[in-house]
Amino acid sequence: MNQFLTISFSSIAAAIHNWLALSIPNETLVKVIDLTITGVLLLGFLVVLCFFLGYMERKVAGFMQARYGPNRVGPYGSLQIVADTVKLLFKEGLTPKASDKFLFHLAPVIIVVASLLVMAPIAFASNFQIWDISIGVLYMSSVSSIAVIGILMAGYSSYNKYSLLGAMRSGAQIVSYELSVGLSLIAIVILSGSLQLSHIVESQRDGWWIYRGHIPIIISFVIFLIASTAEINRAPFDLAEAEQELTAGFHTEYSGMKFAMFLLAEYINLFVVSAIAATIFFGGWMPFHLGHWEAFNHIMNFIPGFIWFFGKTFFIIFIIMQFRWTFPRLRVDQLLTLEWKYLLPISMVNTILVTVMAIMGWHF
Amino acid sequence: MNASVIIFYIIAAAIIGCGLLAVTSLKIFRSAVYLLFSLISIAGLYFFLDYEFIGAVQIVVYVGGIVVLIIFSIFLTQGSGGLMKKPALGRIFFAGLATLFGAILTYMLINNQLFIPSNQQAIAPSVENIGAQMLSTTEHGYILPFEVVSMLLLSAMIGCIVIAIKVKTPELKNSVEIKEVEFGAADNHTIENTDIKIVV
Repeated sequence: MNQFLTISFSSIAAAIHNWLALSIPNETLVKVIDLTITGVLLLGFLVVLCFFLGYMERKVAGFMQARYGPNRVGPYGSLQIVADTVKLLFKEGLTPKASDKFLFHLAPVIIVVASLLVMAPIAFASNFQIWDISIGVLYMSSVSSIAVIGILMAGYSSYNKYSLLGAMRSGAQIVSYELSVGLSLIAIVILSGSLQLSHIVESQRDGWWIYRGHIPIIISFVIFLIASTAEINRAPFDLAEAEQELTAGFHTEYSGMKFAMFLLAEYINLFVVSAIAATIFFGGWMPFHLGHWEAFNHIMNFIPGFIWFFGKTFFIIFIIMQFRWTFPRLRVDQLLTLEWKYLLPISMVNTILVTVMAIMGWHF
Repeated sequence: MNASVIIFYIIAAAIIGCGLLAVTSLKIFRSAVYLLFSLISIAGLYFFLDYEFIGAVQIVVYVGGIVVLIIFSIFLTQGSGGLMKKPALGRIFFAGLATLFGAILTYMLINNQLFIPSNQQAIAPSVENIGAQMLSTTEHGYILPFEVVSMLLLSAMIGCIVIAIKVKTPELKNSVEIKEVEFGAADNHTIENTDIKIVV
């Protein structure tokens, strides 16, 4: 496709792997080193990403409330989040005396690990994926459900009634909103005929699904946005940590780096959810193509895939961040009503619509 | 002994170890967590065998569904934070006996089974093949069990709704009406104070 730009992420990765395979005879050792490099790169990327998302969140908050946001530390306040991280590093990590120590320390680890596992099948650029698993979409929705165990564990082991209440709320919330997320993803699986993320991206070469699937896919995109915002416990669905009612919900008792891990997991989840939406509905790294306009498509191909991917992802992150300052928090009963009486029936009917559309070939 | 054998033994040890801890732990919440780890390790075994679909379903069903339900019921139980009583000696003895016989039975079954490698070509465990097999009406198709299980699930769901539904009985309405007639404009407080029971 890009004859002039031969350097791509996949070729760099392949070059490193070949070089390792040539210089080290032992195959297992090469694999282990490959995995280690991948893990370290991913962690480094995530730390930078979380710094950026933290900064972006504050700037978006400022933008929505007609104020500046951070503007003292570093140019345009860009080092504020670094200062905050250093502060968190030096804080004392307190453990409540009556808490279940083992589970108390384990809970943040489980939450972070669950959100790291979901990163595996995300396609950052053409052929640049950690694990192109054949059941990508199912894998993501299944592994992300491990996080709820971490939240419940944190709430229970803290020995604090606010934590317990927050954990209960979050459990009910995540378990119910998972259904809508799954059903809205199934709409695309029906159209593209595959669960594998690379296939789903490839099926959008002639146009993104949000355009090709028109009305039903737009409905499922909106449902996905709402339900996934609820699933990652962000406002207006942040009942699990509603400050005014529950001090900080399930992480009330956490401080220092353990608290930072919850924050880290929240930002990783935000990125993952947006990346899934970008991949499934907006074609991932696939450039914007318009029908048979060869010249236009050719110009679009010159923009590298990872810029497309991150552009779309950050657009969706921006939308989700705006929710936080736009809508008031829902009550628990309203939250459950929204899911079980509105989103779920709508997405079920929508699934039937998409199926009919796929059979009759009504999509573009 | 190559890497895949080592990985298999690590996974197997995790399954058995967490399973043992789940039954021996005296804290009920920890038991649930160990059970969770055991189930996740089984999912890991499926992933290790390249049965990715089954592994993901294992996580969805057991981790996302059943263990969360167990944890919820622990949350709603009073005094779940304390230590459980140690089981009586007699119980331990008979439980050990049952486990021993179970182990012997399993060993004998495995011992009698001749593990002959199949000559048939292995079918790729892809979602397409699983789906086609599930809905196939030919000799080795699973359409009948699939439909029977879906009927079972449907009836279970209807049963749940019937149990959870709030029934507004007509008698309740009548009694409320009588109350209003008898006490006229009296508010709730006076009704409570008059000590009259309204039978539903």
